[in-house]
Amino acid sequence: MSSHVLPDTEVLARYEAVIGLEVHVQLATRSKIYCACPTSFGDPPNTNVCPVCLGLPGALPVLNRAAVEMAMKAAMALNCRIRPVSRLARKNYFYPDLPKGYQISQYDEPLAEHGYIEVTSGGSRRRIGITRIHLEDDAGKSLHEGFSDSSRYTYVDLNRSGTPLIEIVSEPDIRTSEEAYEYLTALKQVLQYIGVSTCDMEKGHLRCDANVSVRPRGETKFGTKAEVKNLNSFRFLKQALDYEISRQVSLIESGEEVIQETRLYDPDTGETVGMRSKEHAHDYRYFPEPDLLPLTISDEWRERVRAEMPELPAQKRARFIETYGLREYDAQVLTATRELSEYFERVAEVSGDARAAANWVMGDLAAALNAEGKEISESPVSAEQLGELVALISKGEISGKMAKDIFQKMLATGESARAIVEREGLRQISDTGELEALINQVLEQHPRQVEQYRSGKTQVLGYLVGQVMKASRGQANPAAVNKLLRAKLG
Amino acid sequence: MTLALEIPKLTIGSIREGLLKRRFSATELTREALRFAEAENPKTNAYLHFCPERALSAARSVDEKLARGEDPGLLAGVPVAVKDVIVTKGVRTTAASKMLADYIPPYDATAVECLDAAGAVILGKTNCDEFAMGSSNENSAFGPVRNPVDPERVPGGSSGGSAAAVAQGTAVVSLGSDTGGSVRQPASFCGVVGLTPTYGRVSRYGLIAFASSLDHIGVVARNVSDTATLLQVIAGRDERDSTSAAVPVPDYMAALNGGVRGMKIGLPREYFKDPDSETSKLVLDGVEVLKRLGCEVREISMPHTEYAVAAYYIICTAEASSNLARYDGVRYTFRSRDSETLADMYRNTRGEGFGAECKRRIMLGTYVLSAGYYDAYYLKAQKVRTLIARDFTEAFREVDALIAPVSPFPAFKLGEKLDDPMQMYLSDIYTITASLAGVPCMSVPCGVTSGGLPVGMQILTRHFDEAGMLRLAYAFERNRA
Repeated sequence: MSSHVLPDTEVLARYEAVIGLEVHVQLATRSKIYCACPTSFGDPPNTNVCPVCLGLPGALPVLNRAAVEMAMKAAMALNCRIRPVSRLARKNYFYPDLPKGYQISQYDEPLAEHGYIEVTSGGSRRRIGITRIHLEDDAGKSLHEGFSDSSRYTYVDLNRSGTPLIEIVSEPDIRTSEEAYEYLTALKQVLQYIGVSTCDMEKGHLRCDANVSVRPRGETKFGTKAEVKNLNSFRFLKQALDYEISRQVSLIESGEEVIQETRLYDPDTGETVGMRSKEHAHDYRYFPEPDLLPLTISDEWRERVRAEMPELPAQKRARFIETYGLREYDAQVLTATRELSEYFERVAEVSGDARAAANWVMGDLAAALNAEGKEISESPVSAEQLGELVALISKGEISGKMAKDIFQKMLATGESARAIVEREGLRQISDTGELEALINQVLEQHPRQVEQYRSGKTQVLGYLVGQVMKASRGQANPAAVNKLLRAKLG
Repeated sequence: MTLALEIPKLTIGSIREGLLKRRFSATELTREALRFAEAENPKTNAYLHFCPERALSAARSVDEKLARGEDPGLLAGVPVAVKDVIVTKGVRTTAASKMLADYIPPYDATAVECLDAAGAVILGKTNCDEFAMGSSNENSAFGPVRNPVDPERVPGGSSGGSAAAVAQGTAVVSLGSDTGGSVRQPASFCGVVGLTPTYGRVSRYGLIAFASSLDHIGVVARNVSDTATLLQVIAGRDERDSTSAAVPVPDYMAALNGGVRGMKIGLPREYFKDPDSETSKLVLDGVEVLKRLGCEVREISMPHTEYAVAAYYIICTAEASSNLARYDGVRYTFRSRDSETLADMYRNTRGEGFGAECKRRIMLGTYVLSAGYYDAYYLKAQKVRTLIARDFTEAFREVDALIAPVSPFPAFKLGEKLDDPMQMYLSDIYTITASLAGVPCMSVPCGVTSGGLPVGMQILTRHFDEAGMLRLAYAFERNRA
């Protein structure tokens, strides 16, 4: 298939994209949504199954309360209104890895609606509307490759069948691929924060489809949309959207029409390809699931779940600025993940110096982890250990420069800061008597500089401080040296 | 050993007495019951297959309990037949369909677990209309069932095998399923008692679904007392069926002996449009018996009755089209050979695996749920269903029970209505209203026609008032004649 001649940026700039995302998120429950089978990943095929998730004749679903509560938390975090009564509905279609011949999803009465999430894109903050959040079960997996007779047979693994999902549908509020990227990032951040999903895209815990259309800037009507599937990494999402937007603009520019269809993103070519219309001409014949009662969420249940909600990233950001006096940017960085924010808070708590804690976490620690390709949860230096190091600086027991060396040793050995300080005798000298002796020695050795200072060339002070530090082999407290020197030189 | 002669006359009570007095062991009884049933079965084709190993193992366990002096359970040693739409662990369960001809379930339905726990001995699985779709038992992939009263006639359906086995004496009691009359109508045709409890009273877990919002497990017995005992055993909340109700189960056997004097009974005039028919007359004769017992009888109206057949056949086919989607040739079902593509495999498997009636209902149901027709059919039918349920609520403000015919006519001849599905659907007219409303209902024999064919009288009561219904049926059974 030949690719389109894609339009140049000038042409593209005359158009605006309208994008809505449908995101499937696997909930982090231990058991499946309609039965008690475990949701664990990577077990031998067809071992985590029972009559219910195998769709055996006579088996009936029972809704998992934990899945409902996680979906409620997601709804609350995304500012949605939770329906007091929602309904499960059957979505009927045939597929070999769909053992019941239908998914138990939600249709016209979803769990939650009318929400939004705030997204920072291009330096400004925008609200992206959330149309709805609904619960459903996942299908199994068709394995088309990897068996000696794969040319003739498809194998089906039903371990994933019945895994709980929520589908989060956005309003068509997204205008650029960057914004889509930021939306998905923000969504992932929030869902991980509240612990309802790992959002691990590689494991398929977060899957994304997009509805994309374009229109000339200033136009208020929507253009014809295409649904783009298989956007299963952040990189693919951006690439696919950029390609699709360009493709649609070029069609319109050349006087052709965009047709409403489902297109599949091919990561190898970076293009989207239309699927044969037959494959997506579905009439799902939704109807209310007769095997399950309407899902009734009482005020009491909802408020109990709300009380369990952890602090959300935006709330935490605000609190960090307010409580610790952090800058907006620092607060943003330190709340990127729940783990990082908790690590920082622990360091701040142990050290009693939040600003220094922030600098260390974002500076030396982040650099060290980046160099090793490690996550905060894998840090060789615990929050308590780093807190102790920062405390030693704040109390003046070691200098910042010494701390950097000590930190490198902590990374390498896992030892505590205090243990290293004591073993190597790395105490900072703050004692006035000791420092005065050193200062006197330096002043005797540098009469010319003393003369210069006294005649008004006060900038020579820095040189003298440096000499004192050198004499102390770096262990003198620079602030104290500074103060004492000034006093001595009058 | 003269047990063989007694088999068709056994009751739950007589078996209990025989076991406790050591006149026979459960194992002896089971061997004899199996021998008798296997010998008699060719006359009716009521059983599709027997499960002697499971039966004898259940019997042995009863004998061991008796030997240890333990309570062997309410149904100890009782030979039971189970409709083949109710799954039985390790015992082939076919739903009378080619699609499941070789299907052996890995689990027991909840009702079957209850039977086991009560010491019942399941002899085998009974024939029925394929996936319980039919009113004559002629839609079985394994041949029709013949009515033990007259082998030229149908036993009714879809639980034809369960009713015929009990009437024939090859089982003492049986489990059936009722979606639109499938327990009551065959019970009426075969001259036995058939009861369908309130929707939610008995767990549907393990009942192969035809139309989930209408499906009930029901019971068949030769008398009201055995009916009550069997219901006692299977009734109750089941965590595995979200639609089962957490309503306490009363003592149904104890409830039988309460009086019926002063009970208010309604005769819905829409159910007696043909008062001169033999069926109507026999039912009205039955009503006279109840009057003699002190019941107050009045005519009432259930104005939405005439829309019930249409609403029922939209809702049940819609649900069936979805419930039967899982029979696709991928896993445990029959699979058509030599299909080139996945779509072919689906088409060929379902084309060859399902019988005509199943296909008709799948197509109807697919149609009424499809885009553009949903509101006109499915949604409209649900509204009618609400109105029909309201008819019952209104009626039960005035009366304690309703009496009606079960079927407009007695057992008809094999093949007589087979080519006219519409006629067949219309014959469900008196039974499907209760199915739509979910109220308990039963058929009690109330006489025979001039041609010697049994006729059942239908009793319907308020939701979860099976006790009141059984009491009325018991009083009627003891005082008719």
